[in-house]
Amino acid sequence: MKTSILATGLCCIAFAAPAQTPVLTVYAGDYFTSEWGPGPAIESGFEAFCGCDLQFSTGDLLPRLMLEGERTQADVVIGLSTDVLARARESGLFAPHGQDLSALTVPVDWPDDTFVPFNWGHTAFIYDTTRMDAPPATLDAMRTLPDGVTVVIQDPRTSISGLALVLWVKAVYADQAGAFWADLAPHILTVTKDWSESYGLFTSGEADMVLSYTTSPAYHIMAEEDQTKRAALFPEGHYFMAETVGKIAGTDQPELADRFMAWVLTPEFQKVIPAANWSLPAALPQADWPEGWADLPLPEKVLFLSETEAEALRVEAVEEWRAALSQ
Amino acid sequence: MLQFDKVVLAVDGFRLTADWSLPAGARVAVIGPSGAGKSTLLSAVAGFLAPQSGQVLWHGADLGPMDPGARPVTILFQDQNLFPHLTLSQNLGLGLRPDLRLSAGQIQQVESVLDRVGLAGMGTRKPAQLSGGQIGRAALARALLRARPVLLLDEPFAALGPALKAEMLTLVAEVAKDTGAVVMMVTHDPQDALAFAGQTVLVANGVAHPPQDTAALFANPPQALRDYLG
Amino acid sequence: MARRAVAITAAAVAAWVATLVLLPLAAVLWRAGAWPALAQGDGQALWFTLWQALLSAALSCLLAVPVARALARRQFLGRGALITLMGAPFLLPTIVAVMGLIAVFGRSGLINQGLAGLGLAPLSVYGAPGVILAHVFLNLPLAVRMCLQGWQAIPAERFRLAQSLGFAPAQVSRHLERPMLRAVLPGAFAVIFVLCLTSFAVALTLGGGPKATTVELAIYQAVRFDFDLGRAAMLSGVQVALCALVAAVVWHAVATPGFGAGLGRAPLLRVRGVRLMLADTLAIGGAALFLLLPLAAIGLRGLPGLSDLPPAVWQGASRSVAVALASTALTVPAALILALAVTKSGRGAGLMDAVALLPLASSGLVLGTGLFLLVQPFAAPSTLALPVTVAVNVALSLPFVYRLLVPEARIMQADYGRLSASLDLRGLAWLRLVALPRLARPLGFGAGVSAALSMGDLGVIALFASDQSATLPLVVQRLMAAYRLETAAGAALILVGLSFGLFWAFDTWGRRHAAI
Repeated sequence: MKTSILATGLCCIAFAAPAQTPVLTVYAGDYFTSEWGPGPAIESGFEAFCGCDLQFSTGDLLPRLMLEGERTQADVVIGLSTDVLARARESGLFAPHGQDLSALTVPVDWPDDTFVPFNWGHTAFIYDTTRMDAPPATLDAMRTLPDGVTVVIQDPRTSISGLALVLWVKAVYADQAGAFWADLAPHILTVTKDWSESYGLFTSGEADMVLSYTTSPAYHIMAEEDQTKRAALFPEGHYFMAETVGKIAGTDQPELADRFMAWVLTPEFQKVIPAANWSLPAALPQADWPEGWADLPLPEKVLFLSETEAEALRVEAVEEWRAALSQ
Repeated sequence: MLQFDKVVLAVDGFRLTADWSLPAGARVAVIGPSGAGKSTLLSAVAGFLAPQSGQVLWHGADLGPMDPGARPVTILFQDQNLFPHLTLSQNLGLGLRPDLRLSAGQIQQVESVLDRVGLAGMGTRKPAQLSGGQIGRAALARALLRARPVLLLDEPFAALGPALKAEMLTLVAEVAKDTGAVVMMVTHDPQDALAFAGQTVLVANGVAHPPQDTAALFANPPQALRDYLG
Repeated sequence: MARRAVAITAAAVAAWVATLVLLPLAAVLWRAGAWPALAQGDGQALWFTLWQALLSAALSCLLAVPVARALARRQFLGRGALITLMGAPFLLPTIVAVMGLIAVFGRSGLINQGLAGLGLAPLSVYGAPGVILAHVFLNLPLAVRMCLQGWQAIPAERFRLAQSLGFAPAQVSRHLERPMLRAVLPGAFAVIFVLCLTSFAVALTLGGGPKATTVELAIYQAVRFDFDLGRAAMLSGVQVALCALVAAVVWHAVATPGFGAGLGRAPLLRVRGVRLMLADTLAIGGAALFLLLPLAAIGLRGLPGLSDLPPAVWQGASRSVAVALASTALTVPAALILALAVTKSGRGAGLMDAVALLPLASSGLVLGTGLFLLVQPFAAPSTLALPVTVAVNVALSLPFVYRLLVPEARIMQADYGRLSASLDLRGLAWLRLVALPRLARPLGFGAGVSAALSMGDLGVIALFASDQSATLPLVVQRLMAAYRLETAAGAALILVGLSFGLFWAFDTWGRRHAAI
């Protein structure tokens, strides 16, 4: 008890909103609400017209929801990736969104009645033009990289982007995925737990290519005016990833939650996404993208496994990856 | 009166028995071969070793339930009689109040005892800055301050030269006279026993024999003592 | 009475630690409702975890001996600063440490640039050797400090005696150093082994891929990704069992050296001879290079980012410092009470000793998840983020402080236990006049370690974090997630600087107040 008293004294307590203002509690990923993420703009944008207090609560999304179950404080959850939706849906905590999805501009069909995508991107290998003049032109060329070229990737067992990579390879190679990994294995410098560690290794010059997103070069171009980081675009297609927003069935603010869900699909919300989230807006025609974004090279072909396909392949795909890289 | 009532001491398969008593004010040398159990005997009085059976009594009261510090006993070890990180005054002050919250009168007492044992002005020194003789005197000074009715000496002066040792024994005699204490002194040296103690306890072959007149004992030593003296 | 009070307090502390570790584990297991079998790859993970931990711990201890001996018997300018600085790797957040190591040993690191300059083929750090290199880098400092304390605890009189008897270094080693090492090394080995047992991000990144999968990674996967709590609890149970085994072995291997007390004279270890001089120079120089080069690289990487740090970094920093100080204020007394009780009483001492190692083996993730489950019915977990962080920090840093205290507490008890008892010196007076001054050095060092470790912790807070409680490591992570790698490196440097500053302050206090 002494512990909690002491530390409560040290910790800043969230300031309470005036009693009559309704509070919308939004669970978000950790990165989301930092001053470098989209959270602050979204909060002030929504509060400007909702007559409510939007409070973000950050941390692990899905594990936390699963632990809390029906008791969860969340009204809305933002940031669930496409590849965890099956498990989120299975929890039974989410209500149908009831939104008109005609405004969506994602490059895949989105028949989902529960989760609404708010951003998207694709997996891609990023390279540095000052270190690599002839990047592989196809995914298949990754199997025959020149000697000494190194790639750093994320672990599919601990990272969403790592999981997307094995699903990407599985989508392209199906039964031959194991052979692809065996060919790429000598070039894999190392595997990291998170995306950020991989990316750090790449930018510090340790690896020649890194598994990241097609939108990664945008940060370097727009925030750093650095044109040297590029995504290697492959004709086989790139794996589609989106982050979604969902409404909790047991919310005590159903109306506010609905309004928030609807607002996610408006241009005002969507325009925040690119530069704060470094991903593509999910409901904004390309013509309306912020300056510079329309010029970003994107792959022509998009690969996407449906939730059920992905869930069915996941364990096998990860095990093929593990087996090939453990040799 | 310090009484050993059918005391049996046992340590790691070693046994020592004692069944006798010492009158108040007695001065006893404890002599015997190395490893015979002289220190063990003192440990039982000081409270570091509980008898397997029998009792050690002081004025008829069993010392068994008492912690070492609560016993009417002061013990001087072979070494480690002073804390090296405390000053001489502090080491002495422990004898008056273990928490060292000394009154002005007690501080004065420490000063005068230091003076008495010839360590005047050295109160702020630490043990590392003292000679062996000075350390011995400091330890005795603390015994003087504690003024417990039983004083146990477990060869605290063994490392000193003959002159210094004689000086220490004189000091011990003074302390004993001042405090009226029963003194038990472990020694290897018959001369120490003759000079200091009226009576001697011979410890040999698992028995601490009853005290005998020192001069008579050495004039007509039993076999065990003859073996030891060689 | 006083002795009983110490024993009761110690039992309470031990019970609290055991509860803090085992109750969350039980909560996770209860929630999972099933005890699953081992999965594919688990056997391999367990095997890799075990042998890398054994090898890392053995190497760290083995290399620590010559370094500590050289530091103990040589005087040179900057020795104190070097000893303090060499402690730093142990206090680094793992991700920062990995980046520092890669800057030196990596593909484009210093060593390979040197080799390329000489026209030699590059060395690859990735793989099992990289994992062990990293673990030795992180843990060698701890082993060195533990051994060095052992050397400093041998009274000067014994070395004088050895010199007067004309002992050659080999004989000094046999009669003085080896008995001391027998008392110190098993504890150091146990702590490092258990630390390496639960390592995961370091092992994965430098291990080069899934070959270097550890049990902790499987736990992470189970909690964060598969949401398979039964599996997480089962694997965590395996770790705890391994830890208990090591604790039992070490408990029987430890011996008290029994040098007797000295008079507190300054140790005077003088050795002559060019060969020994060379060996010591090599040991100190080698260790300094190995430990300090990656640190320098971290500093260089972080410098450019320092110019425009956002306010969030400073807010996170102040929160982290507060958490670290609160954790230390609780950890040090708890560890002291445990160490004193273990050295004093026979009954239950072995059990308490094992309890004091237990938190190291428990996975921070499982701990966090369990605490979340326990707290959730009563309060919104996000309001308790910082208290929970403090509680977990206390549990996780207690083993180090305890291990640092125990050998010296044993020596203190052997040397001054009887004198204290005969003078009726006990309770608070004994604590103030004997225990605190005699244990000031390990107390200061332990407090420094505890504070620095509490600065870096991250694993637990992920479930509880709210915006109002973002600690500095979390801010670093958020910066990295937002591509602000340069700023993140700057913030990481602040984190390292603060951790080290806290460590330095406590350690210096301890050394200054140490009763020699």
